[in-house]
Amino acid sequence: MAEVLMQRTPAALHEPEGNFLTENPGLKNWLFTVDHKRIGLMYFWTIMTMFFVGGVLALVLRTELLTPKTTIVSAEVYNQLFTLHGVIMTFLVLVPVIPATLGNFVLPMMLGAKDVAFPRLNLLSYYLYVFGALLAVGAIIGGGLDTGWTFYTPYSSTISGGVSIMTMGAFVLGFSSILTGVNFIATIHKLRAPGLSWYNMPLFIWGMYATAVIQVLATPVIGITMVLLLMERLFQVGIFDASLGGDPVLFQHFFWFYSHPVVYIMILPGMACISEVIPTFSHKPIFGYKAIAWSSVGIAVVSFFVWGHHMFVSGQSEFAGAIFSFLTFVVAIPSGVKVFNWLATMYRGSISLGAPMLYAISFLLLFGIGGLTGLFLGTVAVDVHLHDTYFIVAHFHYVMMGGTLIAFFAGLHYWWPKMYGRMYNELWAAIGCLFVFLGFNGTFIPQFLLGSRGMPRRYYNYLDQFQFLHVASTIGSYLLGVGLVIMAVTLIVPLFRKRYDAPNNPWGAASLEWTVSSPPPTHNFHHVPVVTHGPYDFKAARRLEQMESHS
Amino acid sequence: MSDIAIPAGGQAHAHASPHSRHLQHHFHNSAQQFEASKIGMWLFLVTEILLFSGLFLAYFMLQTRHPQAFIEAHHHLDRSLGVLNTLVLLVSSFTMVMAVQSAALNRIKATLIYLYATFGLGGVFLFVKYIEYSHKFHDGLLLGNLFSYKGANVPGEYLFFSMYFVMTGIHGIHIIVGMGVIAYLIWRTHQRVFSSAYYTPIDLTGLYWHLVDLIWIFLFPLLYLVS
Ligand code: HEM
Ligand SMILES: [Cu+2]
Repeated sequence: MAEVLMQRTPAALHEPEGNFLTENPGLKNWLFTVDHKRIGLMYFWTIMTMFFVGGVLALVLRTELLTPKTTIVSAEVYNQLFTLHGVIMTFLVLVPVIPATLGNFVLPMMLGAKDVAFPRLNLLSYYLYVFGALLAVGAIIGGGLDTGWTFYTPYSSTISGGVSIMTMGAFVLGFSSILTGVNFIATIHKLRAPGLSWYNMPLFIWGMYATAVIQVLATPVIGITMVLLLMERLFQVGIFDASLGGDPVLFQHFFWFYSHPVVYIMILPGMACISEVIPTFSHKPIFGYKAIAWSSVGIAVVSFFVWGHHMFVSGQSEFAGAIFSFLTFVVAIPSGVKVFNWLATMYRGSISLGAPMLYAISFLLLFGIGGLTGLFLGTVAVDVHLHDTYFIVAHFHYVMMGGTLIAFFAGLHYWWPKMYGRMYNELWAAIGCLFVFLGFNGTFIPQFLLGSRGMPRRYYNYLDQFQFLHVASTIGSYLLGVGLVIMAVTLIVPLFRKRYDAPNNPWGAASLEWTVSSPPPTHNFHHVPVVTHGPYDFKAARRLEQMESHS
Repeated sequence: MSDIAIPAGGQAHAHASPHSRHLQHHFHNSAQQFEASKIGMWLFLVTEILLFSGLFLAYFMLQTRHPQAFIEAHHHLDRSLGVLNTLVLLVSSFTMVMAVQSAALNRIKATLIYLYATFGLGGVFLFVKYIEYSHKFHDGLLLGNLFSYKGANVPGEYLFFSMYFVMTGIHGIHIIVGMGVIAYLIWRTHQRVFSSAYYTPIDLTGLYWHLVDLIWIFLFPLLYLVS
């Protein structure tokens, strides 16, 4: 079906145009910009800085674990390091990384809009993020804390140190995340270009929408939890402290009521990237569009009812355990639906193995392992054995890093030419991906084994018999580090080239962001685009492009 | 569901419409901008409701564990002041509605009067709260480890006051923020910024103010009418 056209005057085609990178130069114009693309890039570099810090911490942690006794840091420092690592990676990297960077950058363009609905709130969200990040990092450097990223009471409410500042940091970060969510929902509802019906939206948008819903509904709960924890520390109000008449398990309920949904705040955007990359690189329309779209919404809904699976051994009733176990299995179904739809999309496609696709395939493998081990853990009897062991650590790294981050890398390689208008070296990108993939598995497969053999998480020393696997894991982590450095260099080197060499649509994709130049002009579109074909109708998109180049 | 109306000739000309000075460049027309803002506000209110629902949950958990202490402790609250404040907020909700209504009818003078009234009623609420708080401070009926009241005969009464101060405190902050925004609206109304063609900020602030009132409607029986 589907014919014609982006409204464009011939004049607009030939006008030599400025782009958002170079127009209005100067630091001040960047820092006070309300352009979603610039905000996206500012978020990107800030988050990558945090990722670098978190990553270095991880390598220090792994190095410490090379030997069963003290290697390079003391036990106290070790506890603070894993806390800082966990806080940085979850709250400062994984939660915002895709929506705030890629989402900010491409979402309005995919919709055919000039910006998000509330550009100033968008900038505010960025500065709240920076402020929250400073608080969180300052808490560790200033006072220090070793609660882990979960802040369980009564330990967190009674120790001295940086916990109070950290809770404020988490509160501020939550605000930043909510603002992004509110912005995206309003934008998706109200700023779609003519012809862009809900079922014509790229699946990336559906994923962002579902994510935003969770951000709006879950984040306030962690906000109030942090406020109460702060009160507990300042005035011993007693809500979370059994010795004062309260209940520490209530804290765990509050915490996981947010923090389970938050894992879907992390993974849904990852899945959203994958849903763009796989059809484009398989040169085949996505299989089961509606199933993928609605499974995002399904995940968003069910994710609110499974938090108890983190508390199977916290003293909740057996009945509650059984219910939560059942619901945990249920929440895996929509993820499975997605995976099979992606596979069906690839089936008989003509697959080109560009870097985004290599990362997407890595994602399928790693997320598969992470999701399936989640089912082990959702089974109460098995979880009693595995809870608080390295098996958990391996599980959530497979879903968080193997899932979200790898998907982010897929998306990053996919949209990088759009963001900076330059192509990167495909070979080196592939080498980077290979290292990341091997290094990642090298790091975490041993941890599954360690966990199932009883190695507890968050331990500084361990029994001699675990050393071999620990060393293997550490070597894997170094490989992973090398892979990430290769990736970073590969992406950054082209930025020093003066010339923009990326075509508007390097991968032959069909959504709107590829119809504008790379990098895009400041206001994205000279005229409101009219959408006449589906987001994965590659044939129609090509025909349109050809028509335009002849005009 | 294409709810975006594009004026003939492309949106570029929407800027020429009479009320364009309030129209941000990335919207096609005022209606679209208004609807987007409204969605944003409703979502914000949803987050507020969830924030307070966490507090309600904590309250119920503690109350279930210490029913006697909660009944005993709540007798220290002054029920008539609670009723008074409930009425004050109800009336302020009414004046807020009237402010929005007047703006919609382009009756700017009336808008101003109602905004002043709403602001004033917010002030009355805070003043009454201040009287209540100072009694509690005087008696040592405070939250957590500040609780120093000697006459308590059921253990755990301070838990009630923990909840009382946290809940009314956070609610009070919302009142203060609301008054700040209303003060801003008053200033802008004096400057003739609003008219029936553009009064989105008044409308949205109204929604917020109603929610803050509504939360008080829930807080009042929880804290003053424990049984
Ligand atoms: C297929 C879906 C999934 C299932 C069935 C599942 C199941 C579980 C279960 C039962 C636990 C608790 C284990 C324990 O503490 O004893 C757990 C822990 C965890 N999961 Fe998942 N999971 C799934 C997907 C994810 C995703 C997508 C993420 C993140 C992107 C994630 C992140 C985590 C984290 C961070 C923890 C550990 C939290 C901690 O204790 O520090 N999971 N998972
Ligand atoms: Cu979970």
